[in-house]
Amino acid sequence: MQLQYKSQAVAKPYFIAAIALFAGQILFGLILGLQYVIGDFLFPAIPFNVARMVHTNLLIVWLLFGFMGAAYYLVPEETETELHSPLLAHVLFWVFLIAGVLTVAGYLAVPYATLAELTGNELLETMGREFLEQPLPTKLGIVVVALAFLYNIGMTLLKGRKTAITLILLMGLIGLAVLFLFAFYNPSNLVKDKYFWWWVVHLWVEGVWELILGAILGFVLLKITGVDREVIEKWLYVIITLTLVTGIIGTGHHYYWIGPPGYWQWWGSVFSALEPIPFFALTIFCFNMVNRRRRQHPNKAATLWALGTGVMAFLGAGVWGFLHTLAPVNYYTHGTQITAAHGHMAFYGAYVMVVLTMISYAMPILRGREVNPERSQVLEMWSFWLMTVSMVFITLFLTAAGILQVWLQRIIPNPQPFMAVQDQLAMFYWMRWLAGVVFFAGLAVYLYSFFAKDKPEAIEAGEAHPSVT
Amino acid sequence: MSATFTKAMARNVFYGGTVFSILLFLALTFHTNWKIPQRTPTETPSLEVARGKLLWETRNCIGCHTLLGEGAYFAPELGNVYQRRGPEFIKIWIKAQPTKVPGRRQMPQFHFTEQQLDDLVAFLKWTSEINTENWPPNIQG
Repeated sequence: MQLQYKSQAVAKPYFIAAIALFAGQILFGLILGLQYVIGDFLFPAIPFNVARMVHTNLLIVWLLFGFMGAAYYLVPEETETELHSPLLAHVLFWVFLIAGVLTVAGYLAVPYATLAELTGNELLETMGREFLEQPLPTKLGIVVVALAFLYNIGMTLLKGRKTAITLILLMGLIGLAVLFLFAFYNPSNLVKDKYFWWWVVHLWVEGVWELILGAILGFVLLKITGVDREVIEKWLYVIITLTLVTGIIGTGHHYYWIGPPGYWQWWGSVFSALEPIPFFALTIFCFNMVNRRRRQHPNKAATLWALGTGVMAFLGAGVWGFLHTLAPVNYYTHGTQITAAHGHMAFYGAYVMVVLTMISYAMPILRGREVNPERSQVLEMWSFWLMTVSMVFITLFLTAAGILQVWLQRIIPNPQPFMAVQDQLAMFYWMRWLAGVVFFAGLAVYLYSFFAKDKPEAIEAGEAHPSVT
Repeated sequence: MSATFTKAMARNVFYGGTVFSILLFLALTFHTNWKIPQRTPTETPSLEVARGKLLWETRNCIGCHTLLGEGAYFAPELGNVYQRRGPEFIKIWIKAQPTKVPGRRQMPQFHFTEQQLDDLVAFLKWTSEINTENWPPNIQG
C-alpha cells in the first residue's frame, strides 16, 4: 500500500524518535521507582531529582514528537494536498532531536546549578520549576521549532481542504505554542510564579492537548471505521466544548492552597468535578464509532489502541482526577502519592495511548503496507495488555500508598513525619516497581513487534508468493 | 446524537463556550492578581528572598521536595519547614548533607556560603507566610 501523499513520509522519523525516547523515559522510571525504596541507589551519580527531570522531560518531548508526527501524517490526507515543506519538517526533526538529547545529556553530565550557569540562566531566570527545567536555549529552541512547525502546518492548511479535524488540531497546536510562552514568565513573587506556571502545565494537559488528542483519535476512527465524517466531527466539537468549558475554569483546582483567594475552592471544585464528562463522552464516542463501523479494518491493533485510549483516558484523567479534585478532599490529598497515581494513569491513558494509536495506524502504511503481519499485530496487542494492565496496577499501588500516607501524615491524632511515613509505604512502592518492570517488559514486546514477521508456514498457508528470481 | 443537532451548531457552541470560559477565567485571573499582594508577606519580595528563590530553582529542589504541595513527592514538604524546623536547623541540615546512611534517601551537598544559606532561609520564611487557606493540615506537611 502506498502513501496517499508522499510528504506524509516525514512522519516516520518523528514516530521512531518518539518510541526511542519513550523507552528512555521508562528506563528512568524504573530507576526512580527503585530509589523510592533503596534511597541511595545510584547516588550521587544520578540523584533522584535528575532522574525525575529525565523521566518527565523525555515524556513531554516524545509526546511532542508524537503529536508532530501525527500532524505531518494526517494533515496532507485531510487537506488533500502535499505538505507545504517536507524539507522544513526534516530540518525541524533534527533540530528538536538534537536539542532534546543535548538537554538530557546536560541534566546527566553536570550538576543542575552548573548547567544553569553554562546556559545563561541569569539572562532570563526560567529554570528549576517542575517540568519547565529546560535550560534557556532549549526553551527558545522549543519556541522556534513550534513556530516553524505551525507555519508548515498552517501553510498546508491554507492551500488545502479545511476539515474540522485539521482545524481542531491546529487550534490545539497553536494553544500549545502560545501557552508555552508562560514558561518564560517567572516573577520573584512565588504565588504569581505558581499561578502562571499552571497556565503551561494545566492548560496544556487539561486544555489544548485534549484538542490534539481529539483530532488524532477522530482521524484514526474515521479511517478504521469508515463512519460518516459529519458524525465524527460533530462528536469532536461536543467533546472539545466540554473539555474547554470544564477545563479552563477547572484550572482552579490547582489554586486552592498556593496563595490565590479562597473562592477558587468553589470555582475549582465545581468546574473540575465536571472534567470527567468530556472524557466519558470520549469513551462513548470511541465505542459508538467502532460499533457503527462500515468496514472491518484489518488493523486490529490500531482499533484496540483507539478503544483503549477512550477507556484509559476516562479512568486516569476522569475518574482518578475526580477522586481528589474537590477542595475538602484535596485539602488532605494535595501533594501526596494520590497525585502521582493520577498523573501516571492520566498521562498514559490519554496521551501515551493516543500517540501509540496513531503510530499503530500510520506506521504500517509508512512502511509500505496497509497493516502489519498477523504475528506482529498479535505481539503489539500483547504489549497493549501488558503495558495497560501494569499501568492500572502502578496506579492502584500508588493510590494505596497515597491513602496510607494521608492517613498517617495528615489525619491521625499524632501525625507522623514525612520520612517515618515513607518507610511504612515501602511494600506498596516495591509492588509499584514490580508493576513497572512488567510495563517495561510490555514495552520490549512492543518494540519487538515492529520487527516480527509471520512464521514461514503461516506465509505458505496464506496467499502464494512469487518466487525470488 | 440526533440529526437536528448539526455539526455547524456544535461548532458554534464550541466557539461560544470557549470564548465565554476564557473571558471568565481572565476576569478571575485579574481579580486574583489584584488580591495576591494582600495574601503574600510582601508584594515584591526583598532581594534576599529573590536570591533565595533563585537558589531554590537552580538547585532543582522541586525535583525531590514539594513546595506548597507542588513538586516531587520524594522528600518532605518545605512550604512550612520554617515553622517545623526553624532557621538554624535548616542551615545545619543542608550543610550536613548527604547523610550517607546506607539505603536512605540522599540529598546532595550544595556547598552554599553563609550568605546563600541565609537567602534560602529568607525565601522559605517568606513562603511560609503566604496565606494558603490553612494548608497543610498540620505541621508535618
